[in-house]
Amino acid sequence: MALIDLANPTRFLSATARVLPWLAIATAIAFAVGLYLVWSAPDDYQQGATVKIMFIHVPNAWLAMAVWAVMSIASIGTLVWRHPLADVAAKAAVPLGAAFTFLALLTGSLWGRPMWGTYWVWDARLTSVLVLFLMYLGVLALSRTVDDPSRAGRAAAILTLVGAINLPIIKFSVDWWNTLHQPASVFRASGPAIDPSILTPLLVMALAFMLLFVTLHLAAMRNEILRRRVRTMWLMQAHAAS
Amino acid sequence: MTAFLALLQRDTRLAIRIGGGALMGVLFFLIVVTLVPFAVGPDLAQLRRIGPAILWVGALLASLLTLDRLLAADHEDGSLDLLLMGTTPLELVVLTKAAAHWITSCLPLVIATPLLGLFLNLEPLAIGAVALTLLAGTPALTCIGLIGAALSVALRRGGLLLPLLVLPLTVPVLIFGVAASNAAIAGPTSFGAPFMILCALSLGSLVLGPFAAAAALRHGLE
Amino acid sequence: MTGFTNLGPHAAFIVAAYAAALAVIISLIAWVLADHAAQRRLLADLEARGVSRRSDKEAA
Repeated sequence: MALIDLANPTRFLSATARVLPWLAIATAIAFAVGLYLVWSAPDDYQQGATVKIMFIHVPNAWLAMAVWAVMSIASIGTLVWRHPLADVAAKAAVPLGAAFTFLALLTGSLWGRPMWGTYWVWDARLTSVLVLFLMYLGVLALSRTVDDPSRAGRAAAILTLVGAINLPIIKFSVDWWNTLHQPASVFRASGPAIDPSILTPLLVMALAFMLLFVTLHLAAMRNEILRRRVRTMWLMQAHAAS
Repeated sequence: MTAFLALLQRDTRLAIRIGGGALMGVLFFLIVVTLVPFAVGPDLAQLRRIGPAILWVGALLASLLTLDRLLAADHEDGSLDLLLMGTTPLELVVLTKAAAHWITSCLPLVIATPLLGLFLNLEPLAIGAVALTLLAGTPALTCIGLIGAALSVALRRGGLLLPLLVLPLTVPVLIFGVAASNAAIAGPTSFGAPFMILCALSLGSLVLGPFAAAAALRHGLE
Repeated sequence: MTGFTNLGPHAAFIVAAYAAALAVIISLIAWVLADHAAQRRLLADLEARGVSRRSDKEAA
């Protein structure tokens, strides 16, 4: 079955119905293995056991950016190729991406308090992730405010693509902005070279979170397709009644 | 009493929806507080000094954002005329709408204050002081805003006029709110004095606002 | 092997971080499942009332 066949919502629903249980199992296994590796990982010589926060913080930070990339590709699909399921994919990804960004910010803040002594600091990386979070909320608000799904999808697609351009600009400009005013505290990134005993748990947890996203994304896409069917049927019923 | 509750419930439900005022107000508050460090610089000590002021200005603007829809939305679909013709006193009607606005727009701002205070590096005492002054002062913001909303309801571009009308009137609230917060943090002056005045402003506007707004509606919609 | 027995002086932060992650993940899963159930219920409701989609009619 070619990929283009998945453009048909009904076929998409039946294909994902078969795949979803396996994905869920794979996600659970990945988390089980990952958490075991986290549990048995050694303490960092600088940061002690708090390095364990990194195993949640970093995968979520990666996903925060990756999900926006997925949304951007889907948005191109909506605007350029007019793929039928592109705006469904985009809309389903937004709350997931926002949740991962929120987790990245929260765990980063919890990591920062014992390490730097403060919950928050306006350095380039934190600030650009915060702005990313605000942009997620913006797309979330936009896609749920417009009633008609396809119009909402196109509007959200435009906003997503503008955001995609804006992200490197923000990162670059905030880097520049931050170096004009010397930061108050010196921030050292995650240690020197990453030892395999730390790297392996990190990669496994990253894989686990990625599988979680794929599973939830497909499930959310299915829900969105069903939601649009409900809306169509409501409209048909209202039309028939009038 | 049932009319009061029914109207309160309706307005609250409308505001809580995704496109409604509650969510937008808090997000706007978050954005404003995020913007200030971009302009002022990331120096945490400086942010801590001006933190209460940033939070107050942010809350003021965020509560202003949703005032526009308070009466204009009802005017557009005709329900305002129905409310005017009803048996419930108009003063009570607008007070109910103000209460709904306060619950859905201003209360979330007060709840969001601790989180935003963390962004601005405020200590727990400062966060508590700001949250308390906002809690006491936002009813005044809502009721004063109610007057502006009533004055501009029938105008086509009324939404643009509303901040112009309301902001000058809210300056005393802002002054005493920030003064009370700063007094709690680092003050020779006591927290109690400006806080009492803030409460007095709120209580006074709770009375003045509905009467003025009702009068404005009656004259404006004749 | 350190396990969870000795998380050091900042144990509270580590536990809080993992608890938050768990809470968020569970919320996401719960939302997806609840949404699915709600849409299925609405569809069944509409179909019981006799409304059907064009493609359903063509397939039948």
